[in-house]
Amino acid sequence: MNMYTIFHQISGNALLLVLIPLLPLIGFFINGIFGKSLSKTLSGAIGTLTVAISFIIALTLFWGLDASFSPFVVNLFEWFSVGTFKVSMGFQYDQLSALMLLIITGVGTLIHLYSSGYMHNDDGFQRFFAYLNLFIFFMLVLVLGSNFLVSFIGWEGVGLCSYLLIGFWFKNPAYNDAAKKAFVMNRIGDLGFLIAVFMIFFQFNSINYIDVMESAKGMASNSPILIAITLLLFVGATGKSAQLPLYTWLPDAMAGPTPVSALIHAATMVTAGIFLVVRSNVLFSLAPYTSEIVAIVGLITALFAASIGLRQNDIKKVLAYSTVSQLGYMFVALGVGAYSTAMFHVTTHAFFKALLFLGSGSVIHAMSGEQDIRFMGGLKKKLPITHITFLIGTLAIAGLPPFAGFFSKDEILAKVFMHNPIMFWALAFTSALTAFYMFRLYFLTFHGNFRGTEKQAHHLHESPLSMTLPLMVLAVASTLGGFLGMPAIMSNYNGFESYLSPIVSPSHGEHPSHMFEYTMMGVSVILLFIIIGYTRNRFATKQVIPVDVSEESGFAKTLANKYWVDEIYDTIIVKPMLFISQKLHQFFELQVIDGAVNGIGRLTNYGSQALRLIQTGNTGMYLIFMVVSIVLILLFNIIS
Amino acid sequence: MEELEQIVRILPIENYLVLSTILFSIGVLGVLMRRNAIIIFMSIELMLNSVNLLLVAFSTYMQNATAQVFVFFIMVVAAAEVAVGLAILVMIFRNTRSTDIESLKKLKW
Amino acid sequence: MVTVLLLLLPVAGALLLLPLKGEKAKQFALITALIQLLVTAYAWSGITDYSKVNFLFDASWIPSMGVHFKVGMDGLSFMLVLLTNLLVPFIIASTQSEKFKKASSFYALILLMQSAMLGVFTALDGFAFYIFWELALIPIFFILLIWGGENRVKVTTKFFIYTIAGSIFMLIGLITLYLNAPERSWDIANLYQANLDADTQCMVFWFIFLAFAIKIPIFPFHTWQPSTYTQAPAAGTMVLSGIMLKMGIYSLFRWLLPVAPQAVADYSQLIMILAIVGVIYASWIAMQQRDLKTLLAYSSMAHVGLIAAGAFSGQLIGIQGAMYQMFSHGIIVVGLFIGVDIIERRTNLRDITLLGGIRNTAPWFSAFFLIIVLGSIALPITSGFVGEIMLLLGIFLHNQWMAAVAGVSVILGAVYMLRMYQKAILGPENETNGSFKDLTTSEMLLIVPIVLLILGLGVYPKPILDLTESIATNFLIK
Repeated sequence: MNMYTIFHQISGNALLLVLIPLLPLIGFFINGIFGKSLSKTLSGAIGTLTVAISFIIALTLFWGLDASFSPFVVNLFEWFSVGTFKVSMGFQYDQLSALMLLIITGVGTLIHLYSSGYMHNDDGFQRFFAYLNLFIFFMLVLVLGSNFLVSFIGWEGVGLCSYLLIGFWFKNPAYNDAAKKAFVMNRIGDLGFLIAVFMIFFQFNSINYIDVMESAKGMASNSPILIAITLLLFVGATGKSAQLPLYTWLPDAMAGPTPVSALIHAATMVTAGIFLVVRSNVLFSLAPYTSEIVAIVGLITALFAASIGLRQNDIKKVLAYSTVSQLGYMFVALGVGAYSTAMFHVTTHAFFKALLFLGSGSVIHAMSGEQDIRFMGGLKKKLPITHITFLIGTLAIAGLPPFAGFFSKDEILAKVFMHNPIMFWALAFTSALTAFYMFRLYFLTFHGNFRGTEKQAHHLHESPLSMTLPLMVLAVASTLGGFLGMPAIMSNYNGFESYLSPIVSPSHGEHPSHMFEYTMMGVSVILLFIIIGYTRNRFATKQVIPVDVSEESGFAKTLANKYWVDEIYDTIIVKPMLFISQKLHQFFELQVIDGAVNGIGRLTNYGSQALRLIQTGNTGMYLIFMVVSIVLILLFNIIS
Repeated sequence: MEELEQIVRILPIENYLVLSTILFSIGVLGVLMRRNAIIIFMSIELMLNSVNLLLVAFSTYMQNATAQVFVFFIMVVAAAEVAVGLAILVMIFRNTRSTDIESLKKLKW
Repeated sequence: MVTVLLLLLPVAGALLLLPLKGEKAKQFALITALIQLLVTAYAWSGITDYSKVNFLFDASWIPSMGVHFKVGMDGLSFMLVLLTNLLVPFIIASTQSEKFKKASSFYALILLMQSAMLGVFTALDGFAFYIFWELALIPIFFILLIWGGENRVKVTTKFFIYTIAGSIFMLIGLITLYLNAPERSWDIANLYQANLDADTQCMVFWFIFLAFAIKIPIFPFHTWQPSTYTQAPAAGTMVLSGIMLKMGIYSLFRWLLPVAPQAVADYSQLIMILAIVGVIYASWIAMQQRDLKTLLAYSSMAHVGLIAAGAFSGQLIGIQGAMYQMFSHGIIVVGLFIGVDIIERRTNLRDITLLGGIRNTAPWFSAFFLIIVLGSIALPITSGFVGEIMLLLGIFLHNQWMAAVAGVSVILGAVYMLRMYQKAILGPENETNGSFKDLTTSEMLLIVPIVLLILGLGVYPKPILDLTESIATNFLIK
């Protein structure tokens, strides 16, 4: 098959669909190859425009989409095939991928725009845009793939871009370590993904999403193979979406430039795990056992990360743990079978978390690189736009109506309550923690007195329009995004759920009673105000400044040290691995195996040494040997 | 010649066998036990000649001349060997002032 | 006749370039290798059916023993011929003629080696195969011994004796086959029909396997490899890792698996375990290596271990994956060693703890080297991924637990390769490489095609897969 036939087959919508990932790829090549000779403006424009055009195309395609739309698949060419194992380079367009396309290209465009301001003084400006474009390309491939392996291209590709962008400032060994850690931890998950793909092929003899889901529908619930497949897919998801026990790379990933944290480590890449589960929701629905594990892991992660977030002083670290915690939320939703709710939270989270990260970037930009909130404070006057938008983001994540986070979080809570009340209480508690650490962050950063240096105070300024515009757009989205999926009590029409209904099996379980929902909303809003009041009093009015990690005590010390998870991993996994590696080489390889090989050589040498001694040089001896041998030969002949 | 054959046949063949075996054994023992190269040399000659004796005896008893041809062969070879061997011995003696074979250990490890 | 032409062309080139000196010798060798590549491309266009032997040449050689000079190429052979002829120009071009005393002999030996390896890949007569197999050892022996590093004599002796020891066993195995074959002929088809009882089959299997296991190398027959790779001149390492170890894997398919089916069935499990143990073992050791070449030697061992496991998996996907991965690994490993050679040339260092900071002044080099490294850790859309996924799937279909263990190499591979890249390329500037120059034009010409091949074959591997598809399928039917 040549290029002509490829393009001949593809026309109309399919061509548009192919263009969506292709444009950022072109942007990557332009910025990557000619980067140094492009001006920063041009480079930024190319990077941003390619994604923006993709967004427009995605929007055009989205227009013709409703619940009755049946998925269409574009097969570009056969990637490779052996026997019955046929893998085609194909894209699948349906409600789920359409939604993800919009999120990725939409938020992506804004973040590209933001980056052109944020990174303006960086030498690697063009390189940064090249990587960002490449990331968008891979992310689009991930969500568009028509089979598991094409998605896997994107899956590993975004991991690569994440590696490149975390280690963007490659002169710093600590950043490189963080990048490597992210890649390796992702790889652990990827292995799970791969083996799951093998099992899927083994079971269904195909890896195309449509075929697999179709043939899975007839399978019995909780069959061992399905449990194995779904568990392994979930292992893959824990790696990419930073769940226990593979979450530690995400906080470290904050080493990358802030737009990267917003795009990759908050809005898009880390939700790939949720996307994967939703993509294969048919399998998960048939494996309630796995779903239970998903919910439990998500719940523990949510609680665990939120508690760590309480005692972090780095503005980005707080947001990072918040992301881990929110991802945990989404997994709880997946675990209780509320797939569309999880996607809803993915969407709203993309808005408000990107907003928060970009806002923090704006703060860091203004503070000349300072990230510690203990040295901030009182920024609201100098950074009005950042302040307002950050506040909106905070309200959205805390779940105040009518901001976006309220609707999605409320819906998850309601679904979880119907599943298991204990889980509900744990999750509700997590919500309260979230509100607490977010307002702590907000008040410490924007209220009170400025605690930085003179120089920083002098330098404080609002960011340029290229940075504030994305903030404003995202603030609007964070405010209104919730109305995409109104809960049942407020509207008869839950747009989100009905939109995704062809993809996800309808969420089982009853809706909670209206009475309960109203009560829950009321209580949560009151609770929220109490938390706001408390944090305002403590951090804005009294201006209690958090102490350094080394001065913490009791449980707070454990929290500030992130439960020492990194140290534990280092002691029980990394160090022994390296130690064994050393020993394997020095002892087993060089002494045992090579020793055996050399031993054979040495044995030959010794043997010849020993045999040489028989040659005494004594003629008499030789003669005796000769005569004795002759006599022996004669005797032997006579006997035989 | 006829007469000579008669004389040879007076004794039974066993006697010749025993004699040459004794001579041969003396030769072998001489080679093994003596350390003087010349005496070893002579012992080898003794072994050769004991075989020669046996060959001649059988030749006479069997009325077959082939064995006698062998005897001449052996004598010629022995003579050539003595020429070369003694020459070597002379050289050894010149170099080591001794004909003791124990002194010839240059090839020892 | 094309096959014979391919065999003779490098020999002729080698003889003709002997009187030349220095740079001229290199250019002549390069031209010869390029012509060779053109002939290969021409041959490719002439092949119609990959499952049959094309360009057969058959002449009686030693009639009294039934030895024929019989060479020809089916898809599998051709793939390796293509790999050899594709890589040799890169290997020659990557060398610096002024670095070698007696440059002409060096290039002549490389070309002779090319011819001998092509002989191994095309021979269809057991005797000719053995001759070529041993012939390939002679040039590399001199290359190692004359142009190697400081410890070369000891290492070369070990390598040589180790390999020869394996070959002797193979010879005994082949003779046993010959004696039990229906006709007094060394023809491969005849040897395939050798009628062996179970015990003999077992003996033949292990004897022949030993030679290949040493060459590949399969754990625990690998200890010659790291030291040899480290001491050999860069071009020698490339020949060894890129092409020569493929001789072992290729020969598994051609000379071992078909002749002793019963023994293969009995012992493939054991060999797969050995191979997979080797994969993990080598990856694990690679994590703490400091010398770039030693590190890559262990990484290469991990990859070929996986190939060997796939070859013995008895699954179509595994076998096809093993065949494809031979090609892919050859390109990637040569790319890696070219990168290492460039680093060593500029800094005279191979110790990654002393390197670093190259990225600051050499962005192109770092970018291309990264792509090759990623190919080696099997990232999708590199050729390494296509091969690795087929291998792992093949192993999975054979035994899931083996695949799970072998899959760990995916993680370990990322650990040691990224560690290597980080320490050697990234990081702050230091005094040894503050002035690291980026790629020159000629180096660009060298490394860009390799990168394009890695990416191209990762996106569209079909041309190479097609070469071996029918062979792999027939393989299982037998």
